[in-house]
Amino acid sequence: MLSIFAQVYIPHIQWLPLIPHVVMAGAAVVLLTIVSVAGRWLPRWFPAAWTVAAGLAVLATAIPVWIRAWQEGPHSVVAGSIGVDGFSVFIIVLLACTVVLTALVADGFLHRESLDGPAFYVLLMLSATGGITMASANNLIVLFLGLEILSLAVYVLVAMHLRRAESQEAGIKYFVLGAFASAFLLYGIALVYGATGSLNLIGIEGALRTNDLSDNGLLLAGMAMLLVGFGFKVAAVPFHAWTPDVYQGAPSPVVSYMAAGVKAAGFAALLRVFFAGFGGVADDWQPVIFGLAVASLAVGSLMAIVQTDVKRILAYSSISHAGFILVGVQAATHDGVASVLFYLAAYAAMAIGSFAVVTVVSGPGDEGTALDNLRGLASRRPLLAAGFTVPLLSQAGIPFTAGFWAKFEVITAAVDARSFWLAVIAMLAAVVAAFLYLRIVVAMFLDAPDPDATSLSIPRGPAVAITIVVLFTLAFGIYPEPLLNLADDAWLNLRLRAH
Amino acid sequence: MVTASWYLILAAALFTIGAVGLLVRRNPLIMFMCVELMLNAVNLTFVTFGRELGDIGGQVSVFFVLVVAAAEVVVGLAIVVAINRRRPQATADDLSALRG
Repeated sequence: MLSIFAQVYIPHIQWLPLIPHVVMAGAAVVLLTIVSVAGRWLPRWFPAAWTVAAGLAVLATAIPVWIRAWQEGPHSVVAGSIGVDGFSVFIIVLLACTVVLTALVADGFLHRESLDGPAFYVLLMLSATGGITMASANNLIVLFLGLEILSLAVYVLVAMHLRRAESQEAGIKYFVLGAFASAFLLYGIALVYGATGSLNLIGIEGALRTNDLSDNGLLLAGMAMLLVGFGFKVAAVPFHAWTPDVYQGAPSPVVSYMAAGVKAAGFAALLRVFFAGFGGVADDWQPVIFGLAVASLAVGSLMAIVQTDVKRILAYSSISHAGFILVGVQAATHDGVASVLFYLAAYAAMAIGSFAVVTVVSGPGDEGTALDNLRGLASRRPLLAAGFTVPLLSQAGIPFTAGFWAKFEVITAAVDARSFWLAVIAMLAAVVAAFLYLRIVVAMFLDAPDPDATSLSIPRGPAVAITIVVLFTLAFGIYPEPLLNLADDAWLNLRLRAH
Repeated sequence: MVTASWYLILAAALFTIGAVGLLVRRNPLIMFMCVELMLNAVNLTFVTFGRELGDIGGQVSVFFVLVVAAAEVVVGLAIVVAINRRRPQATADDLSALRG
């Protein structure tokens, strides 16, 4: 026994790559302290403004980490458990932007629903901290901790609308199924540890390179259980059952964060573990990803057609987007990873834009989310309808929007990886899915408005968020090179090297 | 002779009991207990592998899992309390406002 304990050592901690984590978590704790001590003297908008500032600060701290990753090449710090590479920096930037935009969307919403206070923003930032940790974890236990920090905060956010029974129902459903999926993920980690003898992705990758474990039962069972856990987080079929209910019941700004942030963090962890860690046995997991992608594309696109609630339509569309992103994951090539990162960025913008409009339209009580509530929106609020149309067309993959390039890149990656059938299925699903987005657009522009409809007030926060999203979607739709190059460089750094 | 595989099989059995229990039981508290059972089955797996491999990582992981399990129950119970204030004695079947 003594020999085991003799191996324990305290790792040298390099703080620079950890600054984004520390700033995000620290901003949450400091905000909670400030508001509980001096809350009554602070203006109502203070927590939202603080969160936006914290998100921008994280963006600023990501720059030196990016430079470090470029100068020294991809490496790991803190005993190899935190990866410093362009991939993690890309996701950190994406999550920081998501936090900023979600805080803008939430500001007016929380006031309208009399839910003012720091709770939403504190949980949002803590959850993003977990997402950042997941995206940069090179150690499976660190990854699990990040996933739980991300999830626990989101369980509370989903259930936080205390006067809506639907919100609490969504909360308990998400919690029970989330805990179930986390237990599977953890069991998967334990089995992979047993098969490879390491919890570290670098160690796992090395074990797979030196030994032929491609038909090792423990490893296969472990990978399958890890896929269950990640599949749940990113809402891939058949682990999607919670998605429509939770998206419909949760407060609308929370859904915008779940669709953009939680999905991005989940895919980042999935890619890091499977592409970087299990890259040596890609032949084992690619067929499973293929199946998940096809099922998600089919179920997401087809089920969305029969829904009558906008949040449920967007929930099923988020499932079909998970299918498209899995098409990029299935390629298991550098182009595939770059296409996934581009897709995540483009989808984060579309999702936040769409749910920001839903937040505004749903009205007091967050109840008016039926498709009928959108009828004739163009004649009541033309700019809002236009602000919804751009993210919807982007989700449909219409040219001159970022969503077109996102779909184009994942399908190109699939074709280059010789997954022709998957590419064909993805294109067919894109055609079917386009119908449901056009259905919302038609309802907004061609149908007559409900004469009893109350007037809509558009708070400043969501207006700013929608404007940013529209500009982002159109700018990178017309000129996608900068973002494509960024995603491509981020891949270059995913290769692991112990430091 | 009790070998490592006995512990692994016991852990797999406990994990299965927890998973099946979570799916068939309708009381939220029992469902949380099933999640705990699943997590503790994983702990047993970690400890067994850690001992087999002579690696401290497996045993250290258990501490993290214990902390996460405690935090998870805190959040879960808070949600159950919030629901029970509105509707006492609610089971999972009563929560069916969301469907489509």
